[in-house]
Amino acid sequence: MKKLINAPDAVVDEALAGMTAAHGDLLKVIEPNVIVRADSPRSGKVGVISGGGSGHEPMHGGFVGMGMLDAACPGAVFTSPVPDQMLAATKAVDGGAGVLHIVKNYTGDVMNFELAAELAQTEGIEVSSVVIADDVAVQDSLYTAGRRGVGGTVLAEKIVGAAAEEGQDLAAVTALCQRVQDNVRSMGMALTSCTVPAAGKPTFEIGDDEMEVGVGIHGEPGRERRKLASADEITEALMTPILDDGGFSSGDRVLAFVNGMGGTPLLELYVVYNHVAAMCRDRGVAIERNLIGSYITSLEMAGCSITLLKLDDEMLRLWDAPVHTAALRWGV
Amino acid sequence: MTALDGTTLRRFVELFADRLRERREELTQLDSAIGDADHGINMDRGFTAARAKVAELAPNADLGTIAKAVGMTLISTVGGASGPLYGTFFLRLATAFGERAEVEPADVGAALRAGVEGLVQRGKAVLDDKTMVDAVTPAIDAFEAAAGEGLAAALGAAADAAASGRDRVTPLVARKGRASYLGERSANHQDPGATSATIMLEALRDAVAAA
Repeated sequence: MKKLINAPDAVVDEALAGMTAAHGDLLKVIEPNVIVRADSPRSGKVGVISGGGSGHEPMHGGFVGMGMLDAACPGAVFTSPVPDQMLAATKAVDGGAGVLHIVKNYTGDVMNFELAAELAQTEGIEVSSVVIADDVAVQDSLYTAGRRGVGGTVLAEKIVGAAAEEGQDLAAVTALCQRVQDNVRSMGMALTSCTVPAAGKPTFEIGDDEMEVGVGIHGEPGRERRKLASADEITEALMTPILDDGGFSSGDRVLAFVNGMGGTPLLELYVVYNHVAAMCRDRGVAIERNLIGSYITSLEMAGCSITLLKLDDEMLRLWDAPVHTAALRWGV
Repeated sequence: MTALDGTTLRRFVELFADRLRERREELTQLDSAIGDADHGINMDRGFTAARAKVAELAPNADLGTIAKAVGMTLISTVGGASGPLYGTFFLRLATAFGERAEVEPADVGAALRAGVEGLVQRGKAVLDDKTMVDAVTPAIDAFEAAAGEGLAAALGAAADAAASGRDRVTPLVARKGRASYLGERSANHQDPGATSATIMLEALRDAVAAA
């Protein structure tokens, strides 16, 4: 294992200390390992929190700040955070208007957030939850834990965070988050594996001439191992299920998000985006906004994911609204 | 021995923690084949903390207090799905034990049954989903059937049934948890949750046998 670490067990704590040192104007870290917006709680504002295993940076901690998340709960690498963290986050950001939990659909995340929401409610804080499950690689969700929450989470956190920032109430913010979830589809692939620091060796083996199509963001194997193909062919393998499943059709306006898994250069992401744009053009789907870069990663895995969100006027306006976080910043 | 007391329950926690440490790589390896490669790491972290918490308790702590300390510590330290699941299991044991200093085999069975029911409620898994439920459900059934033969015999039957349950579902396709994302590719891999649950019942059997 070759990594820039001091000790496997210290990675998350030291990275959090580094974030505090770098972004003290935006955020602070409170016990037990919760990243909270520096000016929390804001009276009368709905709190928006999320969380998940570490190893997906900048998600979620990099999205804490004005116009996005009020708090993020990082677990151990690839392991959901514990209820104590979400409870502490909920209490820290509650400004009296309630708190929305944005939860990625993984068995552990869902259970730990559920426990935290039950505990927060017993303390008199109104909590609502939306589960993001946008990964079309998971097919028959009736017989599985359901679709995983992946790239759509980033877009939901930005749009919903903007709605909370402009003063929308908990019911409206929750309904908006659900609307984003209902209109977003993603799929990813991996060229290489990744190594969890505490495990010390790659999560899965993959040949030099192979790729994993439909991979999750934890290096959990996808649906299919295939021979390596060209960027355009890979883009088609991801885009076709997204377009079909989401029913994206002529006249639709979308936000297109090409995401790096951690080990893929921006140069290659633009090669992928070029073909995403061409495929949308062919279908008559208008890309109104885009996001290209590594925002929801899987440690050092090489690969990418593609996310399409069908936009309406409100989502578009909220996407454009000012945001000031470590990872996303515009309009300020 | 005929009843479960605090000394034996503490020995079980120690033994389970030792074995999770010994078999950490094996559990993580099983998890990397069909999950996300953290089960051994998370269970070891949780039971290392739980063992330390139990060691801080008063020497005469009742059974419920010991089980509750384990459950709360797991929920606060493990994360993932294992934290809430194992945590709920121990909290239900705690409620069933209450403030008693020792319990008879039938009441151990009732507590284990309550623990299994809590686990099923939290995880919403049923038999053949290929989860820890496939180990603990036959285990509690076997315990109840053998409870009349004494605690050691009943726990022996429970541990054997857990191991059989774990192996029985290995050929199946997983329907819960991260393994379910693999579809057909999850078949013929041993389930890490059913494996750690079997280790737990074997540790309980051995802790009682050593008493």
